[in-house]
Amino acid sequence: MEHLELFFKSIFIDNMVFATFLGMCSYLAVSKKVSTAVGLGAAVIFVMAITVPMNWLLDQYILQPGALGKWLGAEYADYDLSFLSFILFIATIATMVQLVEIVVEKFSPSLYNSLGIFLPLIAVNCAILGGSLFMQSREIPTFTMAINYGISSGIGWFLAILAIAAIREKIRYSAVPAPLRGLGITFILTGLMAIGFMSFGGMLTGDEGNKKPQQENTQAEAEELIEKDHEMVVNTNK
Amino acid sequence: MAEVIEKKASEKQSEPLFSKKNKGLMTDPLFDNNPITIQVLGICSALAITAELKASIVMSVAVLFVLSIGNVVISLMRNIIPSKIRIIVQLVVVATLVIVVDLVLKAFAYELSKQLSVFVGLIITNCIIMGRFEAFALGNGPWKSFLDGLGNAAGYGLILILVGFFRELLGSGTLLGIKVLGDPIEKTGLYALGYENNGFMLLAPMALITVGIIIWIQRSRNKSLIEN
Repeated sequence: MEHLELFFKSIFIDNMVFATFLGMCSYLAVSKKVSTAVGLGAAVIFVMAITVPMNWLLDQYILQPGALGKWLGAEYADYDLSFLSFILFIATIATMVQLVEIVVEKFSPSLYNSLGIFLPLIAVNCAILGGSLFMQSREIPTFTMAINYGISSGIGWFLAILAIAAIREKIRYSAVPAPLRGLGITFILTGLMAIGFMSFGGMLTGDEGNKKPQQENTQAEAEELIEKDHEMVVNTNK
Repeated sequence: MAEVIEKKASEKQSEPLFSKKNKGLMTDPLFDNNPITIQVLGICSALAITAELKASIVMSVAVLFVLSIGNVVISLMRNIIPSKIRIIVQLVVVATLVIVVDLVLKAFAYELSKQLSVFVGLIITNCIIMGRFEAFALGNGPWKSFLDGLGNAAGYGLILILVGFFRELLGSGTLLGIKVLGDPIEKTGLYALGYENNGFMLLAPMALITVGIIIWIQRSRNKSLIEN
């Protein structure tokens, strides 16, 4: 259930493009044709599915305050290396992209030919680094959740670029005002699509409704406990 | 041969620091070759943090710092870097500079750094930075690269500040947190006439539409920029 929730949340509600504007540069540059958009989108899903879990491991076992203490012994528990996260994350991403490129070229030349040009571009796609940084700041709890988060954010980005590429192919035949042609209308269209995606925001609110009474319960319990303590104190004083 | 090279070197040195060409490097990216509206670079971070003017200004300053210093560093190293691993070298240079910016922000403006959250880190993958490294710093001297960095970061900042200005003014009726249109609760100033804030401007999609409108205005004033 947790997995399903995260899956839908990352695809629709926290969509990389429409909610956080990540990966906009390649989203705008490579969305003129559906076929190239599909290639880049697939490459993004692929790389995110690998880098987000990798960076999750780095974060958990090296970067977090006290993470070194988990496996190097108690004397390392005081180290806080979180300031290194940017440089380590981007190094992981850049090396993984190169590695993926080599592996794909070796074992699946047909996939390599369809992704070929886009793979190196991905190292500087903000969506990839953004995925890792959001994974860190949202404190994704387990390794499987991190894999899930990587794949589903990638799918969200894929959907977005696919949709805008299809729209741009069609809009070529419309009478758009000359100064808006190309970049301008793409911006406005993306804005309109983002408004559409905002309506998904209500999808998971039912769950929040369930959570609130629980909090009230715990508050009530806490108050009871305090009252009991108070009685105890009064009793012992007597 | 040696004489020719020396001559060239002396010619380069004799060029004044602010020659016409060098000035062009700074002023072109402000309007006619703006990184956001023409080159389509660096849009990701431009949109997410422009709901307030203050955040846009801080972001522009951060990018100005990273881009101008990074351009100089890359330009100084341009003859040593093997072209196969240049992307990784560039990323390391940017990442180091961004860590400096992030730590400075955390030390002196903690609230703001929380608000900018991951977007400071995302300066690393801001295409404007990689784009200028690739297109300019790898082929030009340090001083020119510095000017190019300043110019492009200023062009980026200009759009960011424009968008931030309109979104904050129309969205919450304030500028840099100062209530310039009067108090919406006590109904003073413009609000006395029945004016209401447009809360929609604060939401993410309006950033895109605002940039779209800026592009529209810019291209209808300068017809040569229109795409076919």
